[in-house]
Amino acid sequence: MEQAPRDPERQLQPAPLEPLGHPDSGLQAAVGEEAEGARDEGPGEGTMTENNFWLKKIEISVSEAEKRTGRNAMNMQETYTAYLIETRSVEHTDGQSVLTDSLWRRYSEFELLRNYLLVYYPHIVVPPLPEKRAEFVWHKLSADNMDPDFVERRRIGLENFLLRVASHPILCRDKIFYLFLTQEGNWKETVNETGFQLKADSRLKALNATFRVKNPDKRFTELKHYSDELQSVISHLLRVRARVADRLYGVYKVHGNYGRVFSEWSAIEKEMGDGLQSAGHHMDVYASSIDDILEDEEHYADQLKEYLFYAEALRAVCRKHELMQYDLEMAAQDLASKKQQCEELATGTVRTFSLKGMTTKLFGQETPEQREARIKVLEEQITEGEQQLKSKNLEGREFVKNAWADIERFREQKNHDLKEALISYAVMQISMCKKGIQVWTNAKECFSKM
Amino acid sequence: MEGERLASQGRSSGLPAGGATGESPGVDAPLLGSSGSSALLQAEVLDLDEDEDDLEVFSKDASLMDMNSFSPMMPTSPLSMINQIKFEDEPDLKDLFITVDEPESHVTTIETFITYRIITKTSRGEFDSSEFEVRRRYQDFLWLKGKLEEAHPTLIIPPLPEKFIVKGMVERFNDDFIETRRKALQKFLNRIADHPTLTFNEDFKVFLTAQAWELSSHKKQGPGLLSRMGQTVRAVALSMRGVKSRPEEFMEMNNFIELFSQKINLIDKISQRIYKEQREYSDEMREYGPIHILWSASEEDLVDTLKGVASCIDKCCKATEKRMSGLSEALLPVVHEYVLYSEMLMGVMKRRDQIQAELDSKVEALMYKKADTDLLTEEIGKLEDKVECANNALKADWERWKHNMQNDIKSAFTDMAEENIHYYEQCLATWESFLASQTDLHMEETSEDKPESH
Repeated sequence: MEQAPRDPERQLQPAPLEPLGHPDSGLQAAVGEEAEGARDEGPGEGTMTENNFWLKKIEISVSEAEKRTGRNAMNMQETYTAYLIETRSVEHTDGQSVLTDSLWRRYSEFELLRNYLLVYYPHIVVPPLPEKRAEFVWHKLSADNMDPDFVERRRIGLENFLLRVASHPILCRDKIFYLFLTQEGNWKETVNETGFQLKADSRLKALNATFRVKNPDKRFTELKHYSDELQSVISHLLRVRARVADRLYGVYKVHGNYGRVFSEWSAIEKEMGDGLQSAGHHMDVYASSIDDILEDEEHYADQLKEYLFYAEALRAVCRKHELMQYDLEMAAQDLASKKQQCEELATGTVRTFSLKGMTTKLFGQETPEQREARIKVLEEQITEGEQQLKSKNLEGREFVKNAWADIERFREQKNHDLKEALISYAVMQISMCKKGIQVWTNAKECFSKM
Repeated sequence: MEGERLASQGRSSGLPAGGATGESPGVDAPLLGSSGSSALLQAEVLDLDEDEDDLEVFSKDASLMDMNSFSPMMPTSPLSMINQIKFEDEPDLKDLFITVDEPESHVTTIETFITYRIITKTSRGEFDSSEFEVRRRYQDFLWLKGKLEEAHPTLIIPPLPEKFIVKGMVERFNDDFIETRRKALQKFLNRIADHPTLTFNEDFKVFLTAQAWELSSHKKQGPGLLSRMGQTVRAVALSMRGVKSRPEEFMEMNNFIELFSQKINLIDKISQRIYKEQREYSDEMREYGPIHILWSASEEDLVDTLKGVASCIDKCCKATEKRMSGLSEALLPVVHEYVLYSEMLMGVMKRRDQIQAELDSKVEALMYKKADTDLLTEEIGKLEDKVECANNALKADWERWKHNMQNDIKSAFTDMAEENIHYYEQCLATWESFLASQTDLHMEETSEDKPESH
């Protein structure tokens, strides 16, 4: 496996994770002396110590979204949204931030970046992108990609993606990632020049293909099950949540009708009139309060969605491992069979069927010289095969070690983030209840004065 | 234990004299004046058995002739006045308590119907006993209502629950329908009991106390169906005329009734809709909570948090159910009753207009005919009294009705607000306690934390 090219000049330090859901853009990817670097056994081990002297902070933000029209690959006009990415470096001493780079990217370029990372870091749980199309929508939300609310939520999601990558101990070092943030023109060409698409194992894309691995690694099998469960349970949760949101919306909005009718009724009442009128006003307030409440909940849903997509990323690592294991087993098998062939040729016993053997029988024995030649070839192949097997084994072990390190890191991140998300959900509910109490207390007062 | 005697029919119809029965109401009612209209009024107030001595208190001094000295409450006898004044403010001076319960299904060869048990407890002298238990079916209630309307055409008779509810009903007799109806029937009877005039209606007493066979034979007396139908046709024809000459205050009243009817109908629809939405919300919530439990099975480190969230959602779900049941007890029946009331009111207006129209047609006749003037004049005199009584009755009852309406509406909505406050308070407490438990844990965890790798 090729290692990621690194540029010793610019090193982005690993950074602690910020949970998704903060409404303001421009979260800091803070950097400091990082003990985390010690865990990272990828490239740049040696550079860890020199990076400790950098102590730079970078802020990455996706600050704007803009509708654009352009021509696509088939020279047809299309409309798309472009996102402004701004990078700031913050001098440690005075905390001032200086805009270092700013460029526009569209969603497809993010996808390209991610696909590249997937190929070059197969052992890493690569952060997911926000959804391509709106799913789990309840009726008020639009499923239209150009809808401003969707675009806004996607902007936040893309920013989150960049922050995740920037704070990953290994991914943050990647040059292509760095260029993504800094080199507007020509970036696509640069990525494609890495030839990563060729390296991408097409077999991975064949989702239905199962590799019959004889000795599956139990931990990876468990991980795959876990990722399936995670995906299934979060989808279910999101679906039901959307329905709950729909119903809640209905309850609140119908109360708004009271407002209108009370107001009309108050016109014919002498004593009750004032009470009715002001109670009606409170009903309107109640009805309109649901919009903000549900918008906040949408952010919560996005946090869960991120982990829904992370499940995919987990699964990708498992599949990569499976593939490697399969390759290894195939190579071992091949080597074993060649060894056997060799042995048979040498001893003259034919235990295994081979075409050569058959034709020999049919068309006559081969000459000792021919046989010698064949043995020679086989011996060469065997030696080569043994080398390959050895390096594959080594590769495999490296992969497993690195993968599990990242999976561990991911697990901690996930636990932290999900717990925070659930707590934030509770906070939202509390806020909703407090608003409800206030409105109904006001309404009750109006009613009792009627 | 049951009231045996059937009240003599002191009924009178407020409708044109021609159609009524020949019986003179004056027979039983202690007479004050001989003029028909006062007898009429007496009959309204004093549908009593001749044997009821203690009800003399009604008789003499009730200056029934003197309509204008009315207080907004109608009957002027001391006892009824006491009842009158006290009812609304001090329920403990109520002396007639009615409950409706125990719906039972009866199947005969021709039909299936439900009867309800009616228990009446009273301290009133005119009742033979202090407690009565009878069974009645919806038809009987209809009959009672009809009789009350006949006897008091311009009083606001409480509404009965609908005969059928068409939409959304699979079978006529499902449990919810029966329960709703039972409550409404109970309300109906109690409203009559609380009404200063209607409470002393003889048919009402019979309804509460007579055994089944007695009731049937009592029902058979009175104008037949045909004559009543005839009255209706004539009445409709007349009511149009009555509208034109409606006095100002009744015009206002009518405007109010129309607008009120619109609004209360809307409110009924809105309230029903809210109930439905809450029901659906609660259904979804019931599925929402358990998913978190399911999730916790695969997340070792999040078990507490997930289970906590699940438990909060479940508790909120229960709180919603409670809120719904509060709504369906406090708000929906009240609003619906006033929907029916508004229909009732329109009927009352019509009847008043009819009475007025009778008068007007006779007056017109007088203008054009020169013969029979004496007779006509006499008739006109009677009708004038009739109109005046009717109008006053309505005015007084209107004030009373409005007052009750305001109280009832105010109560119902205040209760609804209270239910909502309670609901949100419960949910708040649930989530706050969850949050507290999480932050406590969190603080424990962070203090135990080894220096993290970031």
